Amino acid sequence: MRVNSVDHPAPVDSRRLLSDHLRHDLGLTGTHVGCEHGVCGCCTVLLDGAPVRSCLMLAVQAEGHEVTTVEGLTRDGAALHPVQQAFHECHALQCGFCTPGFVMSVVGLLAQHPNPTAQEIEEGIAGNLCRCTGYASIRRAVTRAAELSPLPSRGEGQGEGRG
Amino acid sequence: MKPPPFEYHAPVTVDDACSLLAELEDAKVLAGGQSLVPLLNFRLARPRHLVDINRITGLDRIYQRDGGVAMQALVRQAAVEDSDMVSRVCPLLSEAVRLVAHRVIRNRGTVCGSLAHADPASELPAVLLALDGHVIARSTRGDRSIPVAELFTSVMETTLAPDELLVEAWFPESKGKHAIVEESRRHGDFALAGAVRYEDRLALFGVAATPVLADPRDPTRGLQPGGDLEASADFRLHLVRVLSERAFAA
Repeated sequence: MRVNSVDHPAPVDSRRLLSDHLRHDLGLTGTHVGCEHGVCGCCTVLLDGAPVRSCLMLAVQAEGHEVTTVEGLTRDGAALHPVQQAFHECHALQCGFCTPGFVMSVVGLLAQHPNPTAQEIEEGIAGNLCRCTGYASIRRAVTRAAELSPLPSRGEGQGEGRG
Repeated sequence: MKPPPFEYHAPVTVDDACSLLAELEDAKVLAGGQSLVPLLNFRLARPRHLVDINRITGLDRIYQRDGGVAMQALVRQAAVEDSDMVSRVCPLLSEAVRLVAHRVIRNRGTVCGSLAHADPASELPAVLLALDGHVIARSTRGDRSIPVAELFTSVMETTLAPDELLVEAWFPESKGKHAIVEESRRHGDFALAGAVRYEDRLALFGVAATPVLADPRDPTRGLQPGGDLEASADFRLHLVRVLSERAFAA
């Protein structure tokens, strides 16, 4: 599978979750693991550009697909991704545990709705839990991320199998 | 937690998938995995074999047939949400699918998977019931059409045989008066109770072991919903009355 544009060999154990494979086998610990049953959203990554829960996929299922984690949003040393920049500017994080999941979900949200309404923002982040901030600053960050996002990149993140 | 050990199979054709299901003892089909993988992680499910159908090509088509919309086993809920054709022909389904969990879950979760999983609190089985649709099950023995009235038997139990793969779901056209309303603690959570209305048909979910048809004039008749931490049985009955009224006011 390709992870952040680098090819990696297949995981050995078929019951290895994608989240564990990223963290333990590939050392990509930016993807956090919270609940391991798809509720908290911390482990959200992009699969072929669309956000998915990495704890609800077996790593073997990602074979032949492109996975993007929070580490892959920008190259080392490059400027922050617009969504990261917006979270930074709006102070949309406190402890930071949920942040990578929020960032990946918002990347997907903005791909679907480049200029999201308040309701679209609300629904777009409803699948991610944050226990620190109370969400107000996260909502502001989504609006700011939309302002910061260059139009051409908004075409990314098309989900597989969309009709 | 982590999934218990299982043997993993990834067939690339429907025929291969059906052969595996016919041969293997205690096999589960893995489609979107948004319900099955949590069950594995919790170790509530411990199948000996997983038959992952995601490598099968040509099984993700949404198309019109017999005056309705058919969707194959790998049609993601997000694809239904984004389909102009579905919103034109079966707007009730378009509205219902937006209530299924969150977009990130719908990017993986499948319509057929929701039906085969048969969670009593989930929306799509109730929509299929309100519309009187059917599913097609395939096995090495052939194809079988199962009307929705004969599909759901109990909590997460269906009349699908262990060797059958649910290859397609069919939802009739629903341009008439329709509504789906539900009450949940948080957006995207399982509904405490829900009501689906199509013309003068009313289907309820979250209040019995399967989705059930109800009399719009007396929607709680015969219902004995369970109570839990989220909602007492009485509160669920109250919700049924309120939601049914709203569904018919729409």
